[in-house]
Amino acid sequence: MSLLHLAIISPFLLAILVPILYKSFRQIHTGWFVLPLPILLFSYFLSFLSIQEPITKSVPWIPFLGIDFIAKIDGLSLLFALLITGIGSLVVLYSVYYLSKDKEKLNTFYVYLLLFMGAMLGVVLSDNLIVLYMFWEFTSFSSFLLIGYWYHKEKSRYGAQKSMIITVFGGLSMLGGIILLYIMTGSFNISEIMEIVPSISDHTLFIPALLCFLVGAFTKSAQFPFHIWLPDAMEAPTPVSAYLHSATMVKAGIYLVARMSPVFAAEGLWLWLVGGVGIITLFWGSFNAVKQTDLKAILAYSTISQLGMIMSLLGIGAAALHFEGIEKSVYAAAITAAVFHLINHATFKGSLFMVVGIVDHETGTRDIRKLGGLMNFMPITFTLAIIGTFSMAGLPPFNGFLSKEMFFAGMLRVLELDIFSFETWGLLFPVIAWLASVFTFLYSMILVFKTFTGKFQPEKLEKKPHEAPIGMLISPIILASLVIIFGLFPNILSNSMIAPAINAIMPGNAADVHISFWHGFTPELFMTIGVIATGILLYISLPKWRRVYDLFPKKLTLNRLYDGSLEFAQSISKKLTSGYMNGSIRTYLVYIFSFFIVILASTIAVKDAFKMDTSNISSIGFYEILLALAIVVASISILFAKSRLTSIILLGSVGYTVSLFFVLFRAPDLALTQLVIETISVALFLLCFYHLPKNSKNEERIRFKLTNLLISIGVGAIVTVIALSAHSNKMFDSIAQYYVENTYEKAAGKNMVNVILVDFRGFDTLFEITVLSIAALGIFTMIKLKMKGGRKNENK
Amino acid sequence: MEIVMAFVIGILFMSATYLMLSKSLLRIIVGTGLLSHGAHLLILTMGGLKRGTVPLLDEKASAYTDPIPQALILTAIVISFGVTAFFLVLAYRSYQELGTDNMERLRGTEGND
Repeated sequence: MSLLHLAIISPFLLAILVPILYKSFRQIHTGWFVLPLPILLFSYFLSFLSIQEPITKSVPWIPFLGIDFIAKIDGLSLLFALLITGIGSLVVLYSVYYLSKDKEKLNTFYVYLLLFMGAMLGVVLSDNLIVLYMFWEFTSFSSFLLIGYWYHKEKSRYGAQKSMIITVFGGLSMLGGIILLYIMTGSFNISEIMEIVPSISDHTLFIPALLCFLVGAFTKSAQFPFHIWLPDAMEAPTPVSAYLHSATMVKAGIYLVARMSPVFAAEGLWLWLVGGVGIITLFWGSFNAVKQTDLKAILAYSTISQLGMIMSLLGIGAAALHFEGIEKSVYAAAITAAVFHLINHATFKGSLFMVVGIVDHETGTRDIRKLGGLMNFMPITFTLAIIGTFSMAGLPPFNGFLSKEMFFAGMLRVLELDIFSFETWGLLFPVIAWLASVFTFLYSMILVFKTFTGKFQPEKLEKKPHEAPIGMLISPIILASLVIIFGLFPNILSNSMIAPAINAIMPGNAADVHISFWHGFTPELFMTIGVIATGILLYISLPKWRRVYDLFPKKLTLNRLYDGSLEFAQSISKKLTSGYMNGSIRTYLVYIFSFFIVILASTIAVKDAFKMDTSNISSIGFYEILLALAIVVASISILFAKSRLTSIILLGSVGYTVSLFFVLFRAPDLALTQLVIETISVALFLLCFYHLPKNSKNEERIRFKLTNLLISIGVGAIVTVIALSAHSNKMFDSIAQYYVENTYEKAAGKNMVNVILVDFRGFDTLFEITVLSIAALGIFTMIKLKMKGGRKNENK
Repeated sequence: MEIVMAFVIGILFMSATYLMLSKSLLRIIVGTGLLSHGAHLLILTMGGLKRGTVPLLDEKASAYTDPIPQALILTAIVISFGVTAFFLVLAYRSYQELGTDNMERLRGTEGND
């Protein structure tokens, strides 16, 4: 166990303590106890900034399956670890002011949040795919819990379930991909798989594995058409949305694509799918963001769109693998843009979510139709919003401008791609990218100006708006200043964080990352100017063309597809289940007995096990015949017994006959026990008999009777066959001789049966007593229960 | 004798199954009682009957009956007694609470299953 492992596990450990801290220190906001951990982890991960080579630490977990808990930190992992802990610290700080300690269940909130933090660190720091998968599902799970945090709201429950179903579906698909990779390479470790990859790229399972991984990544990162869960996930408390559904968890899919790039990126399909799905998501997200009226919904669609943008850059960047020299570095620049934008997005989107949270918190609504003119009441929040949205829209001098320019540059390079038939459809990439950027500009402007400028409508607000407390502003202020710092001095990131990350995505590509603020009058710059001009025009004329959105059919949406298939699956499974589980114990017994007959009969037939050996049988005595007849007569007469008393007496007589059999078959201990037990049983039966109702007159229908008869004859016949075969097939000698020899030698007893029970098989007897005492407790409880119920009835 | 016992056991199982498939709770419990008798005899028969004297070393015999089935059955008798007792009290209590011992009427209701 290394320090690195401890760092991954520490959030889980703290999560155990949180409920105790919450209970013991009610007066202090639980968030204050949680806050030190992400800060500590952040500074711990900062110490890795100067590392040159990846650091790997391994702890055996399931060695014989090749599953070890391998923690590996390289540039990419480090970047994500810093994001997770850095944004994590700010979000925890923010949540202290956002969630009231008197009204909310803080203990569960911080437990979930810490679970997520640990799981996310596990995802980005695991080199073993199975371990990665485990943590991956853990993030889905904690996201489910956090979206459903306000579980009394139906929308929260709906959103939580939706995100769970979609992301876990993707997770399972990824597990399939992991297993396919294992079949091909014989390893679960990414670094080992990477070395073997060239030899397996022609394998028939290679493409299926690639597809499985991409489904996992696309569901997690809300890529089209799996994006529908993200807007519903906005039901979570805003700190959660800022953390999970914008800065970290949804980037796990990006991480997976980046991490698996060295494995799959040489395949043309990868380029097309990652690039294509990314660019479609970019457009669809930004296009839909414009029509939203809820501030968080705008941000949700915006996140979908920005994730698509990063995804498409990773896809285009993969082209670098197919070139050498100058060409290679040109396409690798797309990866640089992806990594840079990843950081930028976390900063500006994180701050915007917090700003929206503040607006929601201080006015009581997030509906832009009710908001307006807040500029005068919340000047600081307004400034933060301006910085965030302008960066998102790609305006200088913020960091979003730089990454947007790099994005355009990357998309323009697609025009020059002459592999995988990009020359035909490649033109679509820069066109869609430009269109999407116009919409991005548009929704950014809507977000800030509809909220903070325009007419103030106090009558529509629940609260009188005022500036947020300073504690709530600290986190977005830090993020917004990063937006400016990264915008003006992008190169403080380039060698410390971006270059190592690129090295991890494209091994052996010592990229010289240099991001310049001004790079001349390039096509990118003109594209940006075009975006701004068109964007402003569209913003002004928004009321006129807004109706375009009504043209889309309301019945053909992906959400309806999701709801419909969920309902369909539920009704089918309900029908199926109620079809065979009808609540009647008889039906279940019929299943069990029929299965018993079929399985045993077919096994005997297949194995040809039936044998009747009459050579080695014991003699038949007169008394034995009498007793056998007695049992047969008694047990068959029970079936026809009309009164309860008769059946109890007949059962007793069977029992006593059995004990006589034990006498004849040289089993004195059994005979004694059977005699005692039978007596008590009959007494018990008679005791309960007094309370139980008479045998009902309305007997079963004839059809039922016939089925019952057939099944019982079948069971009887099968058991007879088994008894005969068991007697006739002697596979091996009895081990009885051992007991005969050792009963006195080892256990100093002379009654073999007794010695076996209390000595050789003492534990069996112990558990037998346990079962008996559990039954006794059960009986006692049931009788006690009656007295309580009785009293309750009296009260009525 | 083993052949005869095999048929006796078969008949015990048959009656037990038939009883367990009926509607009345009491009959079901009687059925389980019969079933355990059948199972005990089955185990004993499998080991072979009357192959020597009783398994007591004091007998100083040359051959003893196999003690292992006997030890198994001894455990089984006690357990089946426990189960029967539990069933009986369960039947008694459920009759008191629910007013019927008819299994057809003791189904789970909609939304309660």
